[in-house]
Amino acid sequence: MPDAATAKVLRFHPDRCTGCKECEKACSQVHFKTKEGGHFSALTIIKTNDTYQLHACDQRGLCLDLCPVGALTRNKNGIVLLNTKTCVGCQACVAFCPIGAMRKAPTRIQPFKCISCGACVRACPTHALTLEDIPLQNVRQIVYHKQGV
Amino acid sequence: MAHGQIPIDEYTTGNTTHTWDHAKIKAARKRLATHTYTKREVQRGYADRTLAVDLTAMKITEKPVTDDMKRLFTGGRGFGLKLLWDSIKPTTRWDSPENELIITTGPLCGITQYPGAGKSLCLSISPSTNTICDCNVGGFFGPYLKFAGFDALEIQGKAKEDVVIVIDGEAGTVTIETAPLEETDSHLLAEQLTYLHASEATERARQKVSIVSSGTGAEHSYWGCLNVSFYDIRRKCARMKQAGRGGLGTILRDKKVKGIVVKVENVDGLGNHPADPEKLAAVGIKIHKEIRDLDRYQCNMRAVGTGHLVEIMDAYDLLPCENYRFGSFPKASKLYSPKFYELFTKIIPDGCWHGCTLACAKTVDGYQVKTGPYKGQKATVDGPEYETIGACSNMSLWDPLWVLEFNFYCDTYGIDTISTGTAIAFYMEMYEYGILTRDRCDGLELCFGNADAVLEFMHRMASGDTGTFLSVASKGIRRVRDWIIANGWGPRQLVEDCGMESKGLEYSEYVTKESLAMQGGYGLTLKGPQHDEAWLIFMDMVNNAIPTFKDKAEALHYFPMWRTWFGLNGLCKLPWNDIEPADNAQTSEPPKVPEHVQNYVDVQNAVTGWHVTKEDLILQSERCYNWQRAMNVWMGRGQRKDDWIPYRSMGPVTEMEYVSRKDRYDAQLVDKLGIPKQELEKLEIPKRMQRLYEYRQNQYQKLADAVYHRRGWTPNGVPTPQKMKALGFTDTRMLKMLQQKIDADEKAGLNEWGGKYSGDEKPPTGVKRNTDL
Repeated sequence: MPDAATAKVLRFHPDRCTGCKECEKACSQVHFKTKEGGHFSALTIIKTNDTYQLHACDQRGLCLDLCPVGALTRNKNGIVLLNTKTCVGCQACVAFCPIGAMRKAPTRIQPFKCISCGACVRACPTHALTLEDIPLQNVRQIVYHKQGV
Repeated sequence: MAHGQIPIDEYTTGNTTHTWDHAKIKAARKRLATHTYTKREVQRGYADRTLAVDLTAMKITEKPVTDDMKRLFTGGRGFGLKLLWDSIKPTTRWDSPENELIITTGPLCGITQYPGAGKSLCLSISPSTNTICDCNVGGFFGPYLKFAGFDALEIQGKAKEDVVIVIDGEAGTVTIETAPLEETDSHLLAEQLTYLHASEATERARQKVSIVSSGTGAEHSYWGCLNVSFYDIRRKCARMKQAGRGGLGTILRDKKVKGIVVKVENVDGLGNHPADPEKLAAVGIKIHKEIRDLDRYQCNMRAVGTGHLVEIMDAYDLLPCENYRFGSFPKASKLYSPKFYELFTKIIPDGCWHGCTLACAKTVDGYQVKTGPYKGQKATVDGPEYETIGACSNMSLWDPLWVLEFNFYCDTYGIDTISTGTAIAFYMEMYEYGILTRDRCDGLELCFGNADAVLEFMHRMASGDTGTFLSVASKGIRRVRDWIIANGWGPRQLVEDCGMESKGLEYSEYVTKESLAMQGGYGLTLKGPQHDEAWLIFMDMVNNAIPTFKDKAEALHYFPMWRTWFGLNGLCKLPWNDIEPADNAQTSEPPKVPEHVQNYVDVQNAVTGWHVTKEDLILQSERCYNWQRAMNVWMGRGQRKDDWIPYRSMGPVTEMEYVSRKDRYDAQLVDKLGIPKQELEKLEIPKRMQRLYEYRQNQYQKLADAVYHRRGWTPNGVPTPQKMKALGFTDTRMLKMLQQKIDADEKAGLNEWGGKYSGDEKPPTGVKRNTDL
């Protein structure tokens, strides 16, 4: 499979956000068929003092090299996907993601993450979320298990 | 060198591709026995039945696992001991038909959420020690055996021709089939059987197969190991972990088993059906994060595996060099972990079971073999781990590529790197003293550092060379020592002091000379001189945290029991203390790693649904540990005489060794033995050595006294029936046997403490003879 040239990444525009969390509800609907949002959503909108922040996967793909069974792959759109049929639920990706974007699912052993499906983008009444194609080289990260520090 | 984020299909290792005519191999097989079983789910960590294969009668049967068995023996090694007790006799030896090779799992085996949960526990009567040997090993076999439907596999009897045993968890069948055309050496056989038995020609299907095998070296030595495979979907080869100690591979081949195949239908994260999966995942995520954040500052396991220990051991004078004569060496830096890091393939999940993020199973891919029958081929070499590197430093081999060569052939020939290396190191020392010569060694020039000779020794052994030396040398140090003495080739004392074995098993790779507690950790053991019961060097020698006999005895009670617990559950010990929480040093008992102990309590409760405490974990182990000791007694071993260790492990045998650490030894003679400095100056080195010899021998006996007392054993090291009853055992056959043994010891005057006590010192019970019995 040839490497994707770009990756579809979720982008957030805090100036447009009202904190209504419609995005989270849409996300949990995709992953767990529930409107609950919160733990069931792969993205979180965090309210800080005077603004909002997005917490979601940026498709950097550090987890790809961690999966013992190869359940994590990058698709042709550059999006990192988890095959839940192959996954053995070890949670290594959940713990090793440096930004906590791979999440332990509340009701099943296989984790879940943002798959850049656009459900949240469509659900946002104020257009605070967009999907953008970013050159893969600006997204992709590899960490060698270095000797010492 | 592989880079990260390469799609799995595109990984290449550069290994030699083997092509076999699978149809022909299959057609040549003859089915000797078939057993069909009902497939059912594992519940709360137990499959609730075990599988027994009798190769003499060609019978395959199932046995139920009772609640009593779980309560008394927990699982894993405990189940193995129970099954052995029901099947063997006190006179059973390694090659008796009734001897069993047992592979067990344990209730926590096969969970993926907590690192290090894929261990199989293998037990049998060892050819080296003629008593029970237990070995733990990674790879997929243990988890798959359980998911296929069995908590343990017993193999009894001997087949008439080479066979494979196939446990097919997909079809629900167990078969015994002849295997006339299969390979024997493991790096080929594991791959061949994986391809033959995978349900489809895909990497994922191959990952659902695991093989136990040994090799031609195991057929011609007492060092046979079991190779347990785990298919690596990136490297596209069947990698292997070894149950190395005690010659279990020799038994596999003696039973004419070429391979044991297990295949599962499916692997998911909840194959054990744990009582509380949420809790399990939460504890798992917590430790995975610890590993992520701290491993690189602690042991660096994810980068170099256990090889990180080489530089530490060298710095602390504990790395075995030239048959344990020295603890460090000028050339040792050639084997430091950065040298191997350069060779290892990076960015691949290197756990030997899914979810092990400590990932210490490193490999060198595309290694070009330099010698022997596979010369010129390219192969993936697993490891080397610390013990293998230590075995090489012991033989004074200082080139990383020779370490790989030694490692590769030990694995594929199915022999233990530790026993092989330690034994050859002893032969080399004897060669240096002229006690062994080229003539006496079948033409091998076994001087320290001669890598060619080491490999030639192994190739000739594996090919079944019947030379006098090779026939004896392949059976280990004890047999060679007796052979040298019987021929009158060297001073008895020197030969006995230098041969690093106890109970018949070769030492593993740490210098124990300067730590009395560590000597106890090697000598006062069940199966032989091995660091898996206690590793107290730093506590004792570096930190001086256990100064008195009572302190040392407490440590030699707690740590062996704690470490035994992993074997009851199918777990690896490394994630216990090779990664530590950031605040571990501030806890009340840092060596125990209290937070991780609590993790294990939580994990066992989460899987089994029990409500155990940390004290209960020790109790589970104490039952198993004492049962194994009692079985050793039953077989005529497991007593003070069997806990003997050679002087090389206690102190300087030669003047050269004394001089190499003169300041330390002189200081001890002054401080501990009260010899005035001026008087010491006048003493010749041999006289000083003699005084040290007597002192250290007596220290060891006093330590044995303290430890036996703490463990609830007689002065001869026998568990008392009272102790066994207190642990919950009611088996009258066992209790009666122990009482008879104690009565016989009483008549023979063996119920007396072994140390010589002077001044204010007193034996553990205050009086010389133990009158409580």
